Amino acid sequence: MSQRTAAAAGRQPGKGSLAALAAILPVAALLLWEALGHYGMISELLFPTPSTIARAFVSLAQSGDLWIHLRISSVRALSGYALGGGLGLLLGLLVGLFPRTEKLLDPSIQMIRMIPSLAVVPLFILWFGIGEQSKVLIIAKSAFFPLYIQTFLGIRNVDNKLFEVAKVLGFSRFKQIFRLVLPAALPHVVLGARLSFGLSWLGLVVAELIASSSGIGYMMSDARQFADTPVVFVGIFLFAALGLLTDSLLRLLEWRLLRWKDSYKG
Amino acid sequence: MGSALLEITNLDKRFETAKDTVQALRGIDLQVREGEFVTVIGPSGCGKSTLLRIIAGLDTDYSGTVRLGGAEIKGPGIDKGFVFQEHRLFPWLTVEKNIASDLSLRDKEVRRKVDELIELVKLKGFEKAYPRELSGGMAQRVSIARALLRNPKILLLDEPFGALDAFTRAHMQDALLEIWRTNKTTMILVTHDIDEAVFLANRVVILKPRPGEIRAVVNVDLPYPRKKATSSFQELRLNVLNQFEKVEELALTDGAGI
Repeated sequence: MSQRTAAAAGRQPGKGSLAALAAILPVAALLLWEALGHYGMISELLFPTPSTIARAFVSLAQSGDLWIHLRISSVRALSGYALGGGLGLLLGLLVGLFPRTEKLLDPSIQMIRMIPSLAVVPLFILWFGIGEQSKVLIIAKSAFFPLYIQTFLGIRNVDNKLFEVAKVLGFSRFKQIFRLVLPAALPHVVLGARLSFGLSWLGLVVAELIASSSGIGYMMSDARQFADTPVVFVGIFLFAALGLLTDSLLRLLEWRLLRWKDSYKG
Repeated sequence: MGSALLEITNLDKRFETAKDTVQALRGIDLQVREGEFVTVIGPSGCGKSTLLRIIAGLDTDYSGTVRLGGAEIKGPGIDKGFVFQEHRLFPWLTVEKNIASDLSLRDKEVRRKVDELIELVKLKGFEKAYPRELSGGMAQRVSIARALLRNPKILLLDEPFGALDAFTRAHMQDALLEIWRTNKTTMILVTHDIDEAVFLANRVVILKPRPGEIRAVVNVDLPYPRKKATSSFQELRLNVLNQFEKVEELALTDGAGI
């Protein structure tokens, strides 16, 4: 026990310096950008300097507009993710566990998968208007497929040798699913959850840029109309930061759930 | 040692391949008494693992009868413990949870038996370790404990120490004998190691390949614990080796070897 914690501690000290390593490139790029803008070597209109963007961010935050848009966008992304991801997980489980369901559903699902999200936007707007419904559905369509495919794949990749073990240990059908198939499929499911979340953000931007009167995407397209480039950049950075934040949370979850995995750590 | 626990009568097993049928086992007759330790030995391809899988109920496509405790074997179940060549532990479960597998450790009876077994296979202090943190020998001991938890009538071991180094293997053989003598579980162990077969068993069953038939059964009447260096052990070992070599010659002259 003590040996293992000691070994784990041996890997820890690198963490801070690794974070510094990851920061080198972005920080250097920002400094260069600021300098180029400061000396007038790039157009202030098309490439506002980081400091200008930061000022735009602060004023948006102070007026409160930013938080309103942010809240609306987050609610949309999360509800779309919950709807699409939840359905993807559920159908992935059903299709993975029962070959008959696979025959019934999978071909149709694969067909729908081939339709680009952008292509269904006009249809969704016609059907559901430009209200919340159409946006949540566009996001849900994006979030559905990674979780569906990964869950399906995870279940079908369970080692047959472990199934034999379950047989000789007399697992019931119920326990075969909950004690063998689901834990074994978990690495794939977690990966699917992460990929789905990334696509949820993408779906959100698509939905908000095309038809919306609120949200971060709307804030950006509105700013574009008035050539308010700093605000467009604020939107881009917000998406990046939120995406990174949620992905880190999901990775933390992944680490908690998959501690047992023995994989290459570099 | 009591009456016959396992009765195999006139067992035939064929594998159908695309081109032809392979007779894997032919006319196997074998009785194993309660509490007995039987090892099955033979060159690769003699059907020894197939025989074990049939007893375990993992393979039910054969002719002849296989009875355990008087009842025909219908399929796998907890009355037949099985230890595979690879440990096949669930990688997401700790040692103690692997031993319990589908049973809950919150059940006091299960908890008590798991603790007992951890003591028996000498893994105290590793209850919370994951399989990736274990050595090959430790992992195999966990899988033996897992098979024993359900109090099987018979424990079937399919070359359980085949992948271990010589030192660990000798260690594991001692450990297995100790378990056998403490628990009095009937055991059938398949191996291709003559020393191992003689060291462990009351009886050594020698199979010959193509088709898999019992070539000879050698009784090992040496008291436990056995010493591999004694002349009586070496004599028995030579006896088995002679039979085994005849089997190997047969396999080679048949031209079916490779």
